[in-house]
Amino acid sequence: MMELLQYEFIRNAIMAGILASISCGIIGVYVVVKRIVFISGGIAHASFGGIGLGYYLGINPILGVLPFSIASALSMGWVSKRSRLPEDTAIGILWAMGMSIGIILVSLTPGYAPDLMTYLFGNILTVPFSDIVLMLVLDAIIILVVYSFYKEFLALCFDEEFATVRGVHAERLYLVLLCLIALTIVVLIRVVGIILVIALLTIPAAMSRQFTSNLKKMMMLSIMFGAVFSSGGIWLSYLFDVPSGATIVLVMSAVYLLYSLVKGISS
Amino acid sequence: MNMTADVVVIKDVWVHYDSIPVLEEINLVIKEHDFLGIIGVNGGGKSTLLKVILGLVKPSKGIVRVFGDTPQISRKYIGYVPQYSLFDLEFPVSVWEVVLMGRLGHTGLFKRYSEDDKKAALDALAKMDMLEYKDRQVGKLSGGQQHRVFIARALAANPKLLLLDEPAAGIDTIIQEEFYELLEKLKTKMAIVLVSHDISAVSVYVDKIACLNHRLYYHDSKELTAEDLEATYHCPVELIAHGVPHRVLKKH
Repeated sequence: MMELLQYEFIRNAIMAGILASISCGIIGVYVVVKRIVFISGGIAHASFGGIGLGYYLGINPILGVLPFSIASALSMGWVSKRSRLPEDTAIGILWAMGMSIGIILVSLTPGYAPDLMTYLFGNILTVPFSDIVLMLVLDAIIILVVYSFYKEFLALCFDEEFATVRGVHAERLYLVLLCLIALTIVVLIRVVGIILVIALLTIPAAMSRQFTSNLKKMMMLSIMFGAVFSSGGIWLSYLFDVPSGATIVLVMSAVYLLYSLVKGISS
Repeated sequence: MNMTADVVVIKDVWVHYDSIPVLEEINLVIKEHDFLGIIGVNGGGKSTLLKVILGLVKPSKGIVRVFGDTPQISRKYIGYVPQYSLFDLEFPVSVWEVVLMGRLGHTGLFKRYSEDDKKAALDALAKMDMLEYKDRQVGKLSGGQQHRVFIARALAANPKLLLLDEPAAGIDTIIQEEFYELLEKLKTKMAIVLVSHDISAVSVYVDKIACLNHRLYYHDSKELTAEDLEATYHCPVELIAHGVPHRVLKKH
């Protein structure tokens, strides 16, 4: 693997993989323990509207995703808490709505959308340096917010009602958490794409839960798992010349399934 | 009567869920050092009444005052032990972290827990005899132990009012007895309200009893009339002539 590192695109790819592992390692733990996988999937898919917006405006699609994913996070959080619709119904509607907006905007854009597949399924081998800088900034924001509100987030995830009684603005904090998920999705799009984002948000965190019952240690472990699996995935995808995003996800899920099987047999 | 000295004052409170009334015309005054048991059938609005006092449920009509202020302002003085069955026992959190959550209102945002917070949490754990389990994951404890942890979490805030929702559910009779004796000790320092569907378990220990089935039947005492009970349980209940039934006996 060492000789691969002489290529800049491989170095960028591994860097992007590590940056993605940091955000999904931290936020994925919240997604898993608070059991908000569905709303996270919803935010990710609705963000496709932002890709469409980027194409339509002729800017870097990632810059279109940023505001769009925040907007979908806020509206999903708000609608699921406040409207009379059941939460999963509300999320399902917004999920499909965001994707439809994206498809319409892409089709309205003159010409052919060359790397659309990249945003849907990721291609870590083509990450430009400017996107790495953006990922770095978003990671820093995520770490800062989680560090500042760590005890409030823990109370929110464990027992929202009790947190409210103790003076935590639970609904606002929940919206902040959803916005952090939105930022994480922006970080992950380059790596695995909108469709596969949910794997990176859940698998490393679910695996780390097998080894510890402490939230902070879970975060550390899942960052580590994420970094190892994504580097392994990058290497395999280069070796066999197959799409990197899907390879990373397959490596992760295969390891997780194998681990569960072995654990199931031995117990 | 001095209104501000009262712990809770509820005046003509109505609560509707989707226009179906859950609480009707509730009037209730809880005084300092009251130890009140509220009994009633499941679905009769017991949890909702506690949530009204906590400001988690807004009444569609009526006034609620806690320590002379709105529930939102005064809930920092309330210790709350929710219904036990509502927790996710897989959640990766230790006993210590759970009890510290009781101190959230006392620390600011962005701040770590202070030494005072840690001391209050340790005291609460010691009071509940759970110090040795401090570093355990909550889900790994027995039902009775978890129950103690959630009471410790409520006590960590040094509350002046303690609200317990179905506290006896899921713990066996011996532990229940210890638990009620603990409440006896706590009532010198705070007002206590506990709600339960189990009339016999509650009635031995509390000082005052109210019945709740959408409407509240309460005479500021431990006496209930046969009519009260019939209105609450919708069937004749035989017990009043000889006082309360003694299924749970105190040690002498």
